[in-house]
Amino acid sequence: MSEAVLGPIENKQLAVASQWQLVWWAFKRHHLAMAGLYITAFLYLIALAPGFFATNDPSAQNGRAAYHPPQSLHFIDTAADGSWTIKPYIHASVLKRDPQTLAAIFTEDTSKKIYLQFLGSGYEYELFGLFKTRLHLLAAENTTQPIFIFGADRLGRCVYSRIIQGAQISLSVGLVGVLLSLTLGILIGGVSGYYGGRIDFVAQRAIEFVLALPTIPIWLALAAALPHDWPAVLNYFMITLILSLTGWAQLARVVRGRFLSLRTEEFVMAARLDGASEGRIIFRHMLPSFASHIIASITLAIPAMILAETSLSFLGLGLQPPSISWGVLLREAQNIRSIATAPWLFIPGGAVVLAVVALNFLGDGLRDAADPYNK
Amino acid sequence: MSKTAQTDDGSVILDVRNLVTHFPVRSGVVKAVDDVSFTLHRGKTLCIVGESGSGKSVTARSILQIVDAPGRIVSGEIILHREDGTTTDLAGLNPRGKAIRQVRGRDIAMIFQEPMSSLSPVHTVGEQIMEVLRLHLKMDKAQARTRCIELLGQVEIPKPAEAIDRYTFEFSGGMRQRVMIAMALACNPHILIADEPTTALDVTTQAEIIDLIRRLQNDHGMAVIFITHDMGVVAEIADDVLVMFRGKVMEHGPVDQIFHAPKDDYTRMLIGSVLKLEEKAEIRLKRPPLDTTVEPVMTVKNLSMHFGSNLAVNDVSLHVLPGETLGIVGESGSGKTTMGRCLLRVYQPTAGEISYRRADGSMVDLVRADEGLLKDCRKEIRMIFQDPVGSLNPRMTVSQIIGEPLLVNHLCMGQELEERVVDLMEQVGLNPDWRERYPHAFSGGQRQRIGIARAIALNPRVVVADEATSALDVSLRSQMLDLMMNLQDKLNLSYVFISHDIGVIRYMCDRVAVMYKGKVVETGTADQVCNAPEHPYTQALLSAIPRPDPRARSMHKRHRYKV
Amino acid sequence: MLRFIAKRVLWMIPSLVVVSFLSFVLIQLPPGDYVTTYIATLAASNEVVDINTANELRARFGLDQPMIVQYWKWITGIVLHGDFGLSFEWQQPVSELIWERMALTLVLTFTTLLATWAIALPIGIFSAVQKYSVMDYIVTFLSFIGLAVPSFLLALVLMYIAAVHFGQDVGGLFSDRFMNEPWSFDKIVDMLGHLWIPVIILAVSGTASLIRVMRANLLDELSKPYVTTARAKGLSEFHLLMKYPVRIALNPFISTIAWLLPNLVSGSIIVAIVLSLPTAGPLLLQSLMSQDMYLAGAFVLLICALTLVGSLISDILLALADPRIRLE
Repeated sequence: MSEAVLGPIENKQLAVASQWQLVWWAFKRHHLAMAGLYITAFLYLIALAPGFFATNDPSAQNGRAAYHPPQSLHFIDTAADGSWTIKPYIHASVLKRDPQTLAAIFTEDTSKKIYLQFLGSGYEYELFGLFKTRLHLLAAENTTQPIFIFGADRLGRCVYSRIIQGAQISLSVGLVGVLLSLTLGILIGGVSGYYGGRIDFVAQRAIEFVLALPTIPIWLALAAALPHDWPAVLNYFMITLILSLTGWAQLARVVRGRFLSLRTEEFVMAARLDGASEGRIIFRHMLPSFASHIIASITLAIPAMILAETSLSFLGLGLQPPSISWGVLLREAQNIRSIATAPWLFIPGGAVVLAVVALNFLGDGLRDAADPYNK
Repeated sequence: MSKTAQTDDGSVILDVRNLVTHFPVRSGVVKAVDDVSFTLHRGKTLCIVGESGSGKSVTARSILQIVDAPGRIVSGEIILHREDGTTTDLAGLNPRGKAIRQVRGRDIAMIFQEPMSSLSPVHTVGEQIMEVLRLHLKMDKAQARTRCIELLGQVEIPKPAEAIDRYTFEFSGGMRQRVMIAMALACNPHILIADEPTTALDVTTQAEIIDLIRRLQNDHGMAVIFITHDMGVVAEIADDVLVMFRGKVMEHGPVDQIFHAPKDDYTRMLIGSVLKLEEKAEIRLKRPPLDTTVEPVMTVKNLSMHFGSNLAVNDVSLHVLPGETLGIVGESGSGKTTMGRCLLRVYQPTAGEISYRRADGSMVDLVRADEGLLKDCRKEIRMIFQDPVGSLNPRMTVSQIIGEPLLVNHLCMGQELEERVVDLMEQVGLNPDWRERYPHAFSGGQRQRIGIARAIALNPRVVVADEATSALDVSLRSQMLDLMMNLQDKLNLSYVFISHDIGVIRYMCDRVAVMYKGKVVETGTADQVCNAPEHPYTQALLSAIPRPDPRARSMHKRHRYKV
Repeated sequence: MLRFIAKRVLWMIPSLVVVSFLSFVLIQLPPGDYVTTYIATLAASNEVVDINTANELRARFGLDQPMIVQYWKWITGIVLHGDFGLSFEWQQPVSELIWERMALTLVLTFTTLLATWAIALPIGIFSAVQKYSVMDYIVTFLSFIGLAVPSFLLALVLMYIAAVHFGQDVGGLFSDRFMNEPWSFDKIVDMLGHLWIPVIILAVSGTASLIRVMRANLLDELSKPYVTTARAKGLSEFHLLMKYPVRIALNPFISTIAWLLPNLVSGSIIVAIVLSLPTAGPLLLQSLMSQDMYLAGAFVLLICALTLVGSLISDILLALADPRIRLE
């Protein structure tokens, strides 16, 4: 049948194209998925070296800049004589107090320009946790001058830099959590699908059961059980572990389904008759056949993890300050009074949506491209 | 609708002229139907015949404008002549419009290849048949029900009054096709288009369905367009034949001319390859007679295989001589595939023994052999699979696939492995330069050659071939069988050749065992079983096979086997 | 069919036992117990409780016994007497606190489920039939966004817009004057007036995923041979679409209840906390924070049981709709 569809194959390149080559060709045709890939790659790049992308020290408090509104970034500097150069700058801001309420009012002083520098020098941070550097993508020429591209929070901390820093935890929770789920999922799903019979029956019921449970109340109860005085790293791993305790079931189901359908494939039987060992059958013959599906499922599971962490931290049961994650940042936006004064506190939510949309596009495209032979 | 003066005598009911149907695809356009013309006469049967990809099915679907998206009719005329003298050009109608919908199911009805998937699984058969009656004949519910029961009776479905409320999955394949036919006949159409209606069925069921269509055709005076790839069926039922190849008409004429005086080369080749399978292979005629006095290489005694409570193989005893080809023939569900797999202990038989004589003369009972011994024996007993797509790992190159048994058995590696793969590919007639290619770059026949190369890589002594040619077009079948027989001579192989196709068995096998419901009902030499069968089931099976000769129609004389 | 239902209902029992045990273990997990928390609270206000008093409290609540005994007491109380124990924090029987909130949770979830179906079904069908059209791309894109926005964020944004631009508070399920009133017809009308906001917020992500499910199911079905058969009968495109592929694509759609419901319940908890709805969510969070174990346990147990019943109903509906399952 496929011959009629594909036509005579004369294309040399196609004839020797491996599975991954075919998947990549199919994936490339999917524009939204490609966009998702670029955005995801960029976000993880930020998560890898947040210090480089941040402009201010994300933890530095600044009493004089509480609820400082976002400053707009200008790129074209027009001189008095009308000539212009490309040089990023922001206007300096002036703090006044409302005489009655004593509330802070920030106004832009358009006469004063604070020039910014690409690859300039700013606060000191550790790159990859290995060496210290002061190199930043964008830094004020005057290093003591804070820049609030996305405004500042209650304590005068830079929202932009905090979002950048938060990417590290929020995005890695997704990745680490999914890897934990995957280990559980492959173990349980694989055993279930490979051996079948009674083991499969039990595993199936367990998977169904976990899938039928609402996750939030269980996460809440588990997270509430964590002592509040645990160190941040331990807390981080426990939260990730909690999320994967329910996340494995979906992946286990995918793995099991693939295993079951592959087990009856004739080429697997052929490998067994060739004399291949069980290990070789699984890793050489079966695994490549569903690796692409697993990768797609993982990609689609990451955004769910990110959303879960965000929700938990938002409710105050996930990561605790001073850890910075997008969910922790959104806690600041919890009461109506603070978001009414400082709507920019919603911006971390935008980061969440961007990351989740990008990962979903990517995963969706991967899933469509995952089986290049059944088209 | 227009009234046009017709010069013919009024016997033409459908006139297809210069029909062109295209499928736009990413890399251009597939010309599925390319300038096809033919006429269909009242009450007659036209067979459209061709191999896969010939465009025969698209031609049929174009008539009702139900070509799957993105296919569409580009040009041409399909003129329907009604009995009242009016004519309609179906190709000119809007495919979603009312006019064509009134033709569908009423003037021209259609039945399809897969009766299971062509009927809705969640509606009762009655619901699906009554729908046509209510739509075209405006019957009320009670009338439609009465008529529906009558129709089910006409297509010989037992207890039609109960069957009407049942679902399709409660019927067997043959019964489902009867339901399809009842649905198609509901409005007494003038034309019935049957798109490979018997391909998915066993030959005895096929004979029943063909009988039924023929009887209904006589009763109702329908014209039938019958699409098939089976030249035997064509010879049995056709008045006229249209031979198609890659979207074009190769030859169009009366059935006797097509079979006995074909003008076109392709037709000649097609008929030739069918007739070839009516006889013993030339290679076998040249061979010296088989030495039947030697000890068998494999002896099966009282083998049984249960799946749960279902007895798939029931007390089977067989033997295979060195250098012999033993055919196993049977219909679906006869247990032949299960039996073949038991020989390599893919399934663990539940009873009996399989004694295998190794090259050094020692005997092994494969049913009870331990893992290590079994692994050694599997080097000597190999398998060729039916599905040339599913049996090759799409993620490995041809060289990896063929080399896998050599590699995992630590027989050779590196340069030596490479050389051996090249040698094997040459033996099965594949260009060794293609060894870095993946299976998707090969045609069905080439893939089956890869499967054969993998099977002979370990220099086996016995090869179990499970329907090794049934996925291939008829023109490729004899080539594949010849290749297998050449290899047999060269490597001194014994084959256990499993097939439902008696032609292939006759061409290839020395002896035949006939299986029916898990049991071997008859064993004998191929000549004896094919020409003078003893068991009533074998007689029924053979008599149901249509012969590729319109002058020797025999199906109406067939035996039926009743337990 | 009856046998199928009976079998399926029997399967529920072990699941419920596991759920009840799980709920109990979850509640037992935090280090310390209610009394520890109680003492900590008192200590914060400079009161000192001596060990004897603490032990007395523990004995009174049965906290000094092994966990399995506590579990047995707890579960038999629930099953036999509907007694969920005492809320330490509220000094009231748990059963007095939870039922109204659970009922409102049920109303909220069920309404959302219906709304989700009602929106997703037609859009999903449209999107599949018009695949690769401009509208299909727009629907696909929007549903991706819908999947990506956390429900609490949506609730916050809505609250912000209502508060800043309309000067209104969208939280709660009742107007102030009905807040502590007994149930009446007017109160129900008032509730419906407030209910739509959380329903819409909750329906967004569910709708987005259901549209994608329906679209994929229907695309699968549209290429099946029985569609061609129906077309060859002479049915109109709309009629055949509704009668065959849509009808058959509905079956897997029904089974979406099984996974939609747990998601909805989860979502409703967070949204309820943000919008301070008088449903299970806020009280559950509060009880977990203060380790009010019987109250939290009752909520976790009931919420999990609710979703298990949901998947049971979805299985039964599926069997009713699909003869292949029913007649198996």
